[in-house]
Amino acid sequence: MDLSLKPEHKAFADEVRAFARENLSPATREKTFSGKHYDRDDHMVWQKALGKKGWLAYTWPKKYGGPGWDVTQRFLFENVLAEEGAPRILPFGPKMVGPVIYTFGTEAQKERFLPGIRSSEVSWCQGYSEPGAGSDLANLRTRAVREGDHYIVNGQKTWTSFAHWGDWIFCLVRTNTDGKPQEGISFLLIDMKTPGVTVRPIIMTDGAHHVNDVFLDNVKVPVENLIGKENEGWTCAKFLLANERLGIAEVPSSKRGVSVLRKIARMEPQDGRTLADDPAFTAQIADIDLQVQALEMSELRVLSTMAQGGAPGPEVSSLKVRGSEIQQRIAELTMEAVGEYAQPYQPGMLFHDTNETPIGPDHAPPAAPRYFNMRKTSIYGGSTEIQKNIVSKMVLGL
Amino acid sequence: MDLSLSDEQKQLQESAERFAREKYTFDNRRKIAATERGWLPENWAQFAELGWLGMAFSEEDGGYGGGPIETMIVMEQFGKGLVLEPFLPTVVLGGGMIARAGSAAQKEALLAPMIEGKKQFAFAWLERQSRYNLADVSLKATKEGNGWSLSGHKGVVYNAASADNIIVLARTAGSAREPKGLTLFVVDAKAKGLSRRDYPTQDSLRASELTFDKVSVVADAVLGKVDDAFPTVEEAVDRAIVALCAEATGCMDAINAATLDYIKTRKQFGVAIGKFQVLQHRMVDCFTNAQEARSMTLMASLKIDDKDPTVRAKAASGAKVQIGKSGKFCGQSAVQMHGGMGVTDELSVSHYFKRLTMIDLMFGNQQHHLTRYSNLAMAA
Ligand SMILES: Cc1cc2nc3c(=O)[nH]c(=O)nc-3n(C[C@H](O)[C@H](O)[C@H](O)COP(=O)(O)OP(=O)(O)OC[C@H]3O[C@@H](n4cnc5c(N)ncnc54)[C@H](O)[C@@H]3O)c2cc1C
Ligand SMILES: Cc1cc2nc3c(=O)[nH]c(=O)nc-3n(C[C@H](O)[C@H](O)[C@H](O)COP(=O)(O)OP(=O)(O)OC[C@H]3O[C@@H](n4cnc5c(N)ncnc54)[C@H](O)[C@@H]3O)c2cc1C
Repeated sequence: MDLSLKPEHKAFADEVRAFARENLSPATREKTFSGKHYDRDDHMVWQKALGKKGWLAYTWPKKYGGPGWDVTQRFLFENVLAEEGAPRILPFGPKMVGPVIYTFGTEAQKERFLPGIRSSEVSWCQGYSEPGAGSDLANLRTRAVREGDHYIVNGQKTWTSFAHWGDWIFCLVRTNTDGKPQEGISFLLIDMKTPGVTVRPIIMTDGAHHVNDVFLDNVKVPVENLIGKENEGWTCAKFLLANERLGIAEVPSSKRGVSVLRKIARMEPQDGRTLADDPAFTAQIADIDLQVQALEMSELRVLSTMAQGGAPGPEVSSLKVRGSEIQQRIAELTMEAVGEYAQPYQPGMLFHDTNETPIGPDHAPPAAPRYFNMRKTSIYGGSTEIQKNIVSKMVLGL
Repeated sequence: MDLSLSDEQKQLQESAERFAREKYTFDNRRKIAATERGWLPENWAQFAELGWLGMAFSEEDGGYGGGPIETMIVMEQFGKGLVLEPFLPTVVLGGGMIARAGSAAQKEALLAPMIEGKKQFAFAWLERQSRYNLADVSLKATKEGNGWSLSGHKGVVYNAASADNIIVLARTAGSAREPKGLTLFVVDAKAKGLSRRDYPTQDSLRASELTFDKVSVVADAVLGKVDDAFPTVEEAVDRAIVALCAEATGCMDAINAATLDYIKTRKQFGVAIGKFQVLQHRMVDCFTNAQEARSMTLMASLKIDDKDPTVRAKAASGAKVQIGKSGKFCGQSAVQMHGGMGVTDELSVSHYFKRLTMIDLMFGNQQHHLTRYSNLAMAA
């Protein structure tokens, strides 16, 4: 057993770092470290640069245009990018639908869709949830009725992250209402420009617009956009969710969060010294720091199994649970570090590049909104309660 | 021992409850929050008419002879409705300090019109470096003829934009963070040399950054004794803390009720999600937390008039710790149990959560008051 890196891995990390320094816009980087919201370009410009380098679909096998990295390279790639202040790669194309297409799609579908995902020229969103189907995903109602070589789709998707930036949406739709609810679901790709697709924003607690309702009104979708077999979409759905959960613990960005928090503590005044001189506060940072380390080591253990050819099991659900708790706690401590100056609300400073000056220190305006916003991490991608149900059933046999 | 409300107190509770229910539907609140002022003059006039602005003051001061329990009753209902009118800065803080430290002339000029609803106040104590230390004041007041000249900065001053007078905590002697050498001044909000930057807070209230550039005030502007304001301020803030605790209990009641209702009606897997034991237990913990918050608030309201400042301070800090803990638990749990709906702006839940969060940050968070309580308890 060995935690240290081989020289070739060190060289790889240096290469990634150099790439990030060259290609990340300073404005985007600044938003990452200050906790402000990105706009579309922050994501797209960066993702296109990664795509050009062949690094956007970094989890894909070589055969489908991925770089064919080993798990250590993936780990280093994610960590170095987080340290450098890169926005997270929006997962919908490269981490979600891409692998579904190369695993379950036809040759024609692979040829048609994979290049746009790898290059980030085409952006995707995820149409799983519905008003009546959140945790109980199999309860979805959106109907797709076959008429000749088309499906006619009617229904409503909700909580669709970045649908307002999306070119395409991958949807779970109901193609059969008989039998078990899981058995009549199909996996369908829909061009957002098709007539009948309407996107309505949902505004979140912090005033931000990331998620949307998507209304599908007699949307005509060619049958060739069906992935896998009709009524067998649940297999694709589950495969995708397992991938989603693995990437969702967000250890690299939490590590960055801890170091930003320490920096803020050194700048925040208290009793003529700084918050960094307050052992009660710094002990709380140390506590979360150690939790991050435990989580990272757990993740490395999973990755090590994968490196030996094993598949990650349902225990990754507990990593998602802990990962979201950690992200929430870091946001909470950051707000507490800011103290009274977390109270002013300056939306202009969160969403736009303005000449407005912050009220209080530079790091103050995003602190409270971020805390409010991070409550979502224990809800999306399968809520904490649902993940724990999975662990208790699948791992513990309860 | 008797922990029940008197008939008059019950009436007060009913009328405050009715006000919050009728005037502060969630839709109305949204509209009020969006006005430029951020609160409604007609509501303020109603407070005056109902006697709420004077209820906690003695009859000699022109009030109606009530006390902290009356404040608690009203603030709790304000919490339920997320009421935006500036009762805390004007009545509890401003009025409280004038009643305790003001001269007869000041009471007549300031307190009497406040009780009639004709004057509002703001209390400016915080500075960028203060964090929660009330004595960490560097805004300077220097003698100038018969009066004083104030220069410096004050931050996150609630209600400064609507206030007629700003009560300013300034350093007249001593070194940074020394409790001795602090003086309170009543400054006209339109005084020359006083500039403001106004903004909304996370929970839709209004606050301002204030800059004092040689603001001249007359000798009579001093509230209480020169160099000796700290005890007045500490007591007023302890009272404000207890009032905030009462507001927080109202918020917790409301957010718990909304959550209970939601988990009884929201269906997933063919049943109401309230059938899942993990949510049932979490809801029970919310209930317990709200009970503890209510108990500590009541205790603090009963002890806040104690002559012994240590008893008073321990009660206020103790309650603030509990409110921080309970508020966070109820707020986070409510959001979680609402699923995606809980993190939207559209539902009242996220707004109660924000208010509870801001209450924790005001006048010292849970950690700060735990330390303060601990130090007081160890010294005893
Ligand atoms: C910011 C954000 C972004 C999102 N992005 C997307 C997206 O891009 N695409 C998409 O398809 N979806 C997306 N979602 C939806 C997300 O997957 C759902 O919100 C999530 O699955 C929970 O569903 P729900 O909101 O309907 O909550 P509900 O399912 O109604 O759950 C409410 C509460 O009940 C609990 N609960 C439910 N069932 C059980 C049970 N059996 N046992 C114990 N407790 C239970 C939950 O844990 C939760 O606390 C997003 C959500 C958010 C908040
Ligand atoms: C020190 C001691 C003194 C006692 N003295 C007395 C005495 O003087 N007289 C007397 O009659 N008895 C006495 N008891 C017995 C006591 O009342 C029982 O231990 C208690 O009722 C729990 O029963 P159990 O030990 O069989 O645990 P179980 O009922 O088997 O419970 C085991 C675990 O399962 C949990 N559990 C059970 N049902 C549920 C449910 N529906 N939902 C969720 N979780 C559940 C329990 O909370 C517990 O964690 C005593 C016990 C102790 C430990």
